[in-house]
Amino acid sequence: MNKIESNKGWLFVLPVFIVVAFSAVIPLMTVVNYSVQDVFDANTRFFTGTEWYRDMLNNPQLQGALIRQFIFSFTILAIEVPLGILVALMMPKKGWQASLALVLVSLPLLIPLNVVGTIWQVFTRTDIGLMGWGIRELGYAYNISRNSGDAWATIILMDVWHWTPLIALLCYSGLRAIPEAYYQAARIDQASRWAVFRFIQLPKLINVLVIGVLIRFMDSFMIYAEPFVLTGGGPGSSTTFLSQALTAMAIGQFDLGPAAAFSIIYFLIILAVSFVFYTTIMHMQKDKTTSKSGE
Amino acid sequence: MAQITLNSLAHSYSANPQGPEDYAIREMQHVWEQGGAYALLGPSGCGKSTLLNIISGLLQPSNGEILFDDIRVNDLKPEQRNIAQVFQFPVVYDTMTVFDNLAFPLRNIGVPEHKVKSKVYEVAEVLELTEQLKRKAKGLSADQKQKVSMGRGLVRDDVSAILFDEPLTVIDPQLKWKLRRKLKQIHKQFNTTMVYVTHDQLEASTFADKIALMYEGQIVQFGTPRELFESPRHTFVGYFIGSPGMNFIRPELTSRGLEFEGQLMPVNEEMIEKIRKLGTSNIKLGIRPEFVHVWTEANDDAFEVTIGDIEDLGTYRIMSFMFGSIPMKARLHEDQKVPVKNARVSFPEQWLKVYVDEYLLELTHE
Repeated sequence: MNKIESNKGWLFVLPVFIVVAFSAVIPLMTVVNYSVQDVFDANTRFFTGTEWYRDMLNNPQLQGALIRQFIFSFTILAIEVPLGILVALMMPKKGWQASLALVLVSLPLLIPLNVVGTIWQVFTRTDIGLMGWGIRELGYAYNISRNSGDAWATIILMDVWHWTPLIALLCYSGLRAIPEAYYQAARIDQASRWAVFRFIQLPKLINVLVIGVLIRFMDSFMIYAEPFVLTGGGPGSSTTFLSQALTAMAIGQFDLGPAAAFSIIYFLIILAVSFVFYTTIMHMQKDKTTSKSGE
Repeated sequence: MAQITLNSLAHSYSANPQGPEDYAIREMQHVWEQGGAYALLGPSGCGKSTLLNIISGLLQPSNGEILFDDIRVNDLKPEQRNIAQVFQFPVVYDTMTVFDNLAFPLRNIGVPEHKVKSKVYEVAEVLELTEQLKRKAKGLSADQKQKVSMGRGLVRDDVSAILFDEPLTVIDPQLKWKLRRKLKQIHKQFNTTMVYVTHDQLEASTFADKIALMYEGQIVQFGTPRELFESPRHTFVGYFIGSPGMNFIRPELTSRGLEFEGQLMPVNEEMIEKIRKLGTSNIKLGIRPEFVHVWTEANDDAFEVTIGDIEDLGTYRIMSFMFGSIPMKARLHEDQKVPVKNARVSFPEQWLKVYVDEYLLELTHE
């Protein structure tokens, strides 16, 4: 096919280009702009080059937040993915029970983030919160504002409660898409329950799980409102995650340059991890299908 | 290996069925003998898949019992019945290789690995899958996948029966024929009872020694393809088997015998007596297009008819004609002379079948 020079068809792409420019490119460039300058006031600014970036990468506070962030994200993924699959497997398949289960399971997803934080803040109070009070009564000196272990456990529990339903719903829809004949064939082949899961259900769930894990990773990596409301990042900075550290720097101390540099690094980390994850999974998928080229 | 007996079996999908029309399977008595190749033939919705699922245990019948070699299996789950079933759409375990797919049923029951290997190779050999054994099942073509699902039924040597639920639906026409031959060969080699569900009479008659024709939840005739063709026991069999189906007319019983629009039909006295005794008004006469005799010159036995159109189907022709007010069809050989406009046809007595209340009336010679 001959390529048409100065194809006017490209004009059709223009509206999308403009929208994307305003929604993503221009804001991002503003941040890039800040990250390479030291801004004093409207008229006074210095070009700093990569100085802020080097500063940020060596900042022990942010390094700590980054490590905590990774621990947090991988912990909740390790809990939510298997748990979500399990919930999906146990949900009823038809009738009013199925509808009821769907509504009940998706309820936590409908609650705004800061409300979730508030609910758990009250829930874990040792004077009027059911959970906090209950644990106290059981004889454990539960205190999320003193004991960082308690704070961590509570935040993870909160996230699991809030987001496992997402994985469960995705898996539920994936399971519903498996034709009945597969289960019938498996019964006739005398497959065990585990074999049915391992060779029928799990392979068919891979696609939705990839999406689920990606969404949950990105979301949890950017978590802000819930821990902010629940623990305020404490005790100390034991539950201060990246976005909170960043906000404190940008809004609290008004260090726009370092904060911008840090934003860029933050963004690149998410991008890199998601990319690596996605290509790995896709590569695994490909391995399965390329074996057919053996003809 | 087993003989499968259906003992006053009936099934209804509704909780409290009122009349016979609520039953997907009406009460039936039937035996599939060990080692037979059977077809379960019928139009869509006649209950043939339901019957198959009852045999394999995927469905619990509402009445009656199923016996495998005199052992009642009603309460046994499919996995305990030791049966193989091949579905309409090929079911393969995508992530496994063809080898693992075939080995799956054996590994599930804990067969030692060296035995698994020899058995899988044996079955793969028969199904011509040896070259594909190392490939992932996901990348196979539809017919290869269907062969894999058949293979999973064949690897267990002690399977009671193999049930096929329209297994060739998704297969390309030219491969269908090959696979059907393969099935026949497998049947000879393994001597397993096979029940093959289909709505295609050609498929049924090429595969099966005996066909069970189902209609509205009942097996209306069970016999060889030839029996089904030559003496259909029910008007539906006449209509469903053959292409085109049987011609039917509704004669009246008069003092002279069976008359159709003033013309006396060639039915013998003994039969007429029998019909008189039954005293029913639902009488039909049926004759296959193949047996309608077309004459070129005048004949005492022949009726005059008006010819409609002639369809040329290559090796034979179908002549449509009006017998009085009823359209009928006759099948002509390709070298047979075709009369113009008017023709004379006769209905040989031996092929003119009498149906009373839709069932074939036969003379029993004592």
